[in-house]
Amino acid sequence: MRLAELQQLTLVRLRLFLREPEAIFWAICFPLILSVVLGFAFAREEVEDSRVLVLDGAGAEELAARLERQGGMLVLRDSDAEEARRRLRKAAVDVVLRAGDPVDLRVDPKRPEGELARLRVESALRGGTAVAHAQAEEETGFRYIDFLFPGLIGMGLMGTGVWAIGFAVVDMRRKKLLKRFLVTPMSRANFLLSFMGSRFLFLALEFAVLLPFGLLVLDVPFVGSIAAFTLTVVLGTFAFASLGLLVAARPQTVEGASGLMNVIMMPMWLGSGVFFSYERFPDFLQPLLRLLPLTAVNDAVRAVMLDGAGLADVWDHHLVLVLWSLASFGVAMRIFRWQ
Amino acid sequence: MSAGRPPAIQVRGLSRRFGELTAVDGIDLEARAGSCLGLLGPNGAGKTTTIEMLEGLQRPDAGEIEVLGRSWRTDARAIRERIGVQLQETVFQDKLSVLETLRMFASFYAAPKPIDDLLALVNLKDKAASRVHQLSGGQRQRLALGCALINRPELLFLDEPTTGLDPQARRRLWEIVEEFKERGGTVLLTTHYMDEAERLADDLVILDEGRVVARGSPAEIIRSLGAESIVEFRLNDDVDLPEGGLEALGALPGVREARLLAGAYVLEVLDTRLALGSLIGWLEKTGTPAADIGTHRPTLEDVFVFLTGKHLRED
Repeated sequence: MRLAELQQLTLVRLRLFLREPEAIFWAICFPLILSVVLGFAFAREEVEDSRVLVLDGAGAEELAARLERQGGMLVLRDSDAEEARRRLRKAAVDVVLRAGDPVDLRVDPKRPEGELARLRVESALRGGTAVAHAQAEEETGFRYIDFLFPGLIGMGLMGTGVWAIGFAVVDMRRKKLLKRFLVTPMSRANFLLSFMGSRFLFLALEFAVLLPFGLLVLDVPFVGSIAAFTLTVVLGTFAFASLGLLVAARPQTVEGASGLMNVIMMPMWLGSGVFFSYERFPDFLQPLLRLLPLTAVNDAVRAVMLDGAGLADVWDHHLVLVLWSLASFGVAMRIFRWQ
Repeated sequence: MSAGRPPAIQVRGLSRRFGELTAVDGIDLEARAGSCLGLLGPNGAGKTTTIEMLEGLQRPDAGEIEVLGRSWRTDARAIRERIGVQLQETVFQDKLSVLETLRMFASFYAAPKPIDDLLALVNLKDKAASRVHQLSGGQRQRLALGCALINRPELLFLDEPTTGLDPQARRRLWEIVEEFKERGGTVLLTTHYMDEAERLADDLVILDEGRVVARGSPAEIIRSLGAESIVEFRLNDDVDLPEGGLEALGALPGVREARLLAGAYVLEVLDTRLALGSLIGWLEKTGTPAADIGTHRPTLEDVFVFLTGKHLRED
């Protein structure tokens, strides 16, 4: 008998969600658009040849020939030292050389292209080791989109969980529907569980679109365990749905809830490694950032998709998510305001 | 018809405070099974606070409540299975249909009424597939009533059920409530419309500032005023009564009491012919130009005015 109630409540949540075109957009289309746009914007550029200018003089011919043999450099010649400097300041060339012992090298150290050119020149003068370096890096490197896509999966889970549930609950409170439910024998746990249930049904839909797009169109690798991936998504959904209920536990207005949601989600958008690695934050922040639910999801999804992790490798992330789920749901049940 | 059945609601010494404000101040109530008990009073009289305590939504600070012979403290679930509630201004979800809304509410109860019967009862059969936002105000109120009747309740709570509805929509709602009563159901109704109270309520409790100011059947309450009729008149805008005029009006032959309310002079009259004659004589003698002199039989509104010096509705 109680199961029929949970089923009806879940069905209603699902209907309401599907009848809200904006919700569909934010849950499915937005992450897709974002991954395409950012994927293009940060597509890996071919590393360009350094523009190296060799001043005329004794030994210049030999120096130019040596640099050209090394490769990765476009060697230019000029006789006017003043003009060469001017071109360096304009970044028309990356480095200016005058042959001799030692070779005189001018570079703007604040420009990455300048530093790269200097390294190439130095490497050419020493011998051919830069080639081995470059090859080693190319084998382990990922494209930005490979890093970004798992982050967008995590961000999508958080956004739809917190927003969809938070706004729906607060709206029902504002309309006095929660109060209306309270005078029926409806089970309050079933009511809250129906939000979880509908999230899971919708999740299937979300991933049926998002994942094939990422793997087939964006060509993001997926080398790890499907079980570990699925469990991460499921636990992440639990954690964010609980967080959504917690956020919605007390606010009376949609505006109030919206502010609270931003306060909760903003640190995770920035600090949980969606768009860039959280390792760029100061060391003392890292342990805290690793305890955020979105960090746990992102780390686990990346480990599975990119590094081939299995269940045993991501259990600590899963533990973080389980703890967030239990704590948020428990507190939400306790402090929930029905009227 | 209700002889022998215990009262559906019994309340003693009910009080509720919000900080400094005492919203409900020690009231007693009894709703006989199969009857309609009306709580009548202006906004802020404590009607909604009282009905919400009876519905188990608010806890009283003092007093005893028994609903269908049970207490909210020990039998909340059992009570909820047996009552139906229409709150003041519940907004149902716009994007659900009538049918979907009713099905959801039906799932909360152990033995719900078949949805088809319910749709027929509240006259929404044609609207079953319509979304809530397509319904008129009256249809929405009937949907709310449908949700309240879905569990075949023994006791129905209606909090200002027809506020904001047009006269035809109000009558259609009253007919449904009357049908519920005819089948032995008990109703607890709050309203600030005297016509609604007079039509639906068998017993009335008039509340003002959290206290009971009168109780009895509508006829008894009107009779308790002891007046044969009410005479009302207005003065032209730029004219005032002479000094001591209100006292003089109250002392006219056939008049029991006079009041000035919202620009109108209201006389509680014991003998209509005598009072009208003496009033017109007095107006001529004092040279007071009166307009809109009218007389009507006392209503619940008049009782309320003479008990509290206020109108039921301030708009």
